[in-house]
Amino acid sequence: MPIIEFILEPLQYAFMLKAVIVSVVVGATLAILSCFLILKGWALLGDAISHAVLPGVVIAYIVGIPFGIGAFLAAMLSVVLIGYIKNNTKIKEDAVMGIVFTTFFAFGIMLISKIVSSIDLTHVLFGEVLGISTESAWYTCIILGLVSLVVLIFRRVFTVFCFDPTHGQVLGMPMTLVHYVFLSLLAVSITGSIQTVGIILVIAMLITPGSTAFLLTKRFSTMLWIAVLASVFSSLVGAYASYHFNVATGGTIVFVQGIIFMLVLIYTKLFPETYR
Amino acid sequence: MNQSAISLKDVSVSYGSKQVLKDTSIDIPYHTFTGVIGMNGAGKSTMFKVIMGLVKPDSGSVTICDDPVRIAQKHGHVAYVQQSEEVDWDFPISVDEVVMMGRLGQQDVFKTPTTEDKEQVKQALEQVKMLDHKDHQIGELSGGQKKRVFVARALAQGAEILLLDEPFAGLDATSERSLIELFIRLKKDGKTIVLATHDLLSLPDTCDQVALVKHTVIAHGKTKDVFTKELVTKTFDGLLHNLSFD
Repeated sequence: MPIIEFILEPLQYAFMLKAVIVSVVVGATLAILSCFLILKGWALLGDAISHAVLPGVVIAYIVGIPFGIGAFLAAMLSVVLIGYIKNNTKIKEDAVMGIVFTTFFAFGIMLISKIVSSIDLTHVLFGEVLGISTESAWYTCIILGLVSLVVLIFRRVFTVFCFDPTHGQVLGMPMTLVHYVFLSLLAVSITGSIQTVGIILVIAMLITPGSTAFLLTKRFSTMLWIAVLASVFSSLVGAYASYHFNVATGGTIVFVQGIIFMLVLIYTKLFPETYR
Repeated sequence: MNQSAISLKDVSVSYGSKQVLKDTSIDIPYHTFTGVIGMNGAGKSTMFKVIMGLVKPDSGSVTICDDPVRIAQKHGHVAYVQQSEEVDWDFPISVDEVVMMGRLGQQDVFKTPTTEDKEQVKQALEQVKMLDHKDHQIGELSGGQKKRVFVARALAQGAEILLLDEPFAGLDATSERSLIELFIRLKKDGKTIVLATHDLLSLPDTCDQVALVKHTVIAHGKTKDVFTKELVTKTFDGLLHNLSFD
């Protein structure tokens, strides 16, 4: 059977096996987060964070510490800065985000052009999951696995946080803490996904699966499932496409997600109210 | 030890340089239905937010069922139905899931809802007559039905005191009437109801106590003593035309 061969043949190679596993873990985790993110209306913030990690990654590279730590610190710094400027000036939040993340990103570009070779730059910007090291693969899977676990365990808290934070506050739940925990989870996941899709496209994985699922259902639990399935499927397509046809993994993943979104959109327009 | 469900003592609140509440004191007894009236911007909502612990007063003290606000929150003594729920009505959440959120204070957040929780949610929905709609997505409901769901969430929370901030805003007369009946029924069941409202016409038939608010509590007491032409005119700067006092 050619299809079985198409699927199984690449898996004899360790690099491909790693790529498939990592892509699936990244796809599933970001899909779970995306459901919360789009309902909270934080899509732009996700975009801001993903760009803002660049200087952190480069500095980590220079200093010789794990990328994740540098990226995480840069992400949190950008979030704190955005919050501070928003609360202390009359500039609107979207403009503040735009200023902060482009400045961070620009600084990252400067550092890269001076220090790191352009091949590494492409990897950071667009990802290269086929070339992932065993160490990075473990790091990604463990970190993202933990993020998924935390989000699912505290799912009801995050749902209140997205739906009606005032109610959470009234019940004495520490909503400010939840806010920062959620931001941290976001930053950690973005960091962990850089190798797979890269800084530029990671935001798509944080918006598209949740949006696709949102079109199809009025139930949050169903939304989570649909988002994860759509995202994991896209990840698999991406990994196999880059093996068989030598196209970019990250690009393929995000493209497939976009196509699924469009197909679902057309479907819901053609057959409204056939879904719940 | 006092006998008040809610007790504010000399509470002052400012937003920036604007003072909204000044030396506000009020004692609301248990098992009463208090109407809070005053002009827009007079500080009604702020007073509610202070009681709920959403706004910290600059000075003064607040106790709820003899507990400070933080403790009262943990016990879930008091529930709050906001003026306009700032929620996304497209949120993929069903009516019973919204009401279940009322149980979160009591629950271990790690656990899935217990049979007890589900029973409480069912009872709360029954009380507000929304059990038939429990599987609907929240945005599919009418304005009055949405309010009922948030009242049900307050009931599921097990709160003894319900704070309702202008629940009739944007509702038709029928929905308003049936909400009022619901609140009166809840008061009979032993709840303490505090209702901020602009509907002065139905107030004398609804509330047994009235609090007049104009950046402080001008007067508070039994409806027949406080809801007088003189005091109400003072509260609204004399801008009342179609109200008759017997």
